[in-house]
Amino acid sequence: MSAHPSVIIKEPASAAVLDASQAALRKTMRNQRIQDFLFHKITMMFALTVLLALLGIIVSLAIGAAPAFREFGPGFITSSEWDPVEDRYGALIAIWGTVATSVIALLVAFPISFGIAMFLTEICPVWLKRPLGTAVELLAGVPSIIYGMWGLFVFAPLFAEHVQPALQNTLGALPVIGQLFQGPMMGMGILTAGLILAIMIIPFIASVMRDVFDIVPAVLKESAYGLGCTKWEVVRKVVLPYTRNGVVGGVMLGLGRALGETMAVTFVIGNAHQLSSSLFMPGNSISSTLANEFGEALPGLHSSSLFALGLILFAITLVVLTGAKLMLMGMSRAEGTK
Amino acid sequence: MKGVVKNPVYRRRLLAHRIGIALSVVAMAIGLGFLAWILSTLLINGFSALSGSMFTLDTPAPGSAGGLRNAIVGSLLIVGLSTLISTPIGILAGIYLAEYGQVNKFAQVTRFVTDIMLSAPSIVIGLFVYALYVANVGHFAGWAGSIALSLIAVPVVVRSTDNMLGLVPTSLLEAAFALGAPRWKVALMVRLRAVKAGVVTGVLLALARISGETAPLLFTALNNQFYSHDMSEPIANLPVVIYLYAMSPYDDWRSLAWGGALLVTFTVLFLNILSRTVFSQKAPR
Repeated sequence: MSAHPSVIIKEPASAAVLDASQAALRKTMRNQRIQDFLFHKITMMFALTVLLALLGIIVSLAIGAAPAFREFGPGFITSSEWDPVEDRYGALIAIWGTVATSVIALLVAFPISFGIAMFLTEICPVWLKRPLGTAVELLAGVPSIIYGMWGLFVFAPLFAEHVQPALQNTLGALPVIGQLFQGPMMGMGILTAGLILAIMIIPFIASVMRDVFDIVPAVLKESAYGLGCTKWEVVRKVVLPYTRNGVVGGVMLGLGRALGETMAVTFVIGNAHQLSSSLFMPGNSISSTLANEFGEALPGLHSSSLFALGLILFAITLVVLTGAKLMLMGMSRAEGTK
Repeated sequence: MKGVVKNPVYRRRLLAHRIGIALSVVAMAIGLGFLAWILSTLLINGFSALSGSMFTLDTPAPGSAGGLRNAIVGSLLIVGLSTLISTPIGILAGIYLAEYGQVNKFAQVTRFVTDIMLSAPSIVIGLFVYALYVANVGHFAGWAGSIALSLIAVPVVVRSTDNMLGLVPTSLLEAAFALGAPRWKVALMVRLRAVKAGVVTGVLLALARISGETAPLLFTALNNQFYSHDMSEPIANLPVVIYLYAMSPYDDWRSLAWGGALLVTFTVLFLNILSRTVFSQKAPR
């Protein structure tokens, strides 16, 4: 509005005309302000749906879980009972299954993802970068139920026949770790589920790592090469320390994915409510318990306990994913200050 | 000329380098190998199940001939509807984050939560929609499945819209502002338009993501033996049919499951690749 007084002084004669045009201008401006205000509020309302979804999930799970927690108290988390007949429930077996499979997945996926990220950023010829990068991302696109079917019908039989005997003969003979590789070799169980999960989270971790490796300033790497470093030394001692937060963030993101993964695990974990020291034994994870039992659970303690499992799963993943996000945010902030 | 390295330190470093590079190549080969293994398994097992009757007959009783018509139709309905729901919500929320996310605390919190929801366990979202819809209405329904899938799709669309809008050069926006355009016009008619292809990419990615989702549908849309397009009733859908049939002891059901798996996977991968080409056509500009 302040831009226009100069126009008024020029022709004082036709003041009436100017008044009219100024009024029109003011009206337009006012309309636009109202439109912008509405635009702000309307788009904000849509953004709010995401927040509401998060709150809604937490609240509805908490309401559903309340009877179970009231009945069993904090002992729910540490009890390994799961008995629909006696109506007594505890979360320990499922939590153990979820944590064990995810940790196995991470241990296997991390080095492979690191290798892939290193290959894509440092070794791969430029013309191959895009197709290979896309191929790795396609691995992330394959639906989880397909991993489950492939795991159950293709991977598990081969695993039982060739890999499990080998593992039992070598690692199984060791004093303490040997415990983990005892028992029948059925191909299904915690270890198989962990390995399938590893394949599933490799693309997530690898693509985060690739992205953070890409932001390492060329000057840093060139200085190291200038000092006579080998490519491996540059990656190990320059790229990796520089991107440490980003790498940890990527790994935690992968962990978050692994914790909540349902269908693939349900196919291969064996779905047995038992606690065992062997990774060959079938078990159950939180998500596979939900997938198997929730549809048939009777209202009451059973379904409430399943809600409680869901709440525990959601809480764990929220913590892990928040950590991942904070790590990665620190990464992009460091990038900004360069 | 190799082999002339005499200095033991150099030799060790060179060895470490070669081992490192070799392991990295092996890791890449493992990744690609698993992709090839899974896809070839699908092709081998699924191709024999593919036939005309898969698209014209409904899911059968064990032992009789059948197809996946009801599941395909149900999946199209559920996924189509949730795309219709999630696209406008996601795009408008993404515009909000891009427009006001620099200064506004609320927008920053929303962006953070969106990123977390991107990786939230889908089965928990199924539980939520069960508590929200199915428990209140009293029976499973196609609508509930669509709502659950929308909740998964929205963060994908928000995130990519936000990212894409962030790529628009400020000078372009300033030029529009200098012409006296109000903010909403600049946002919708200049900024959004400039990255149309990128936003479409996001929608396609979301579509790819929800097309194969199974877990949230187990407690929401459930399944239906028969052909139905009534979204207020339980409705057949490919992922759940694949799950139930693959777990069944009947060979003909398993074969149908492989056929369905082939269909779903290649649809999802096609959407993934399509979304990449849509954007890369525009990117160089």
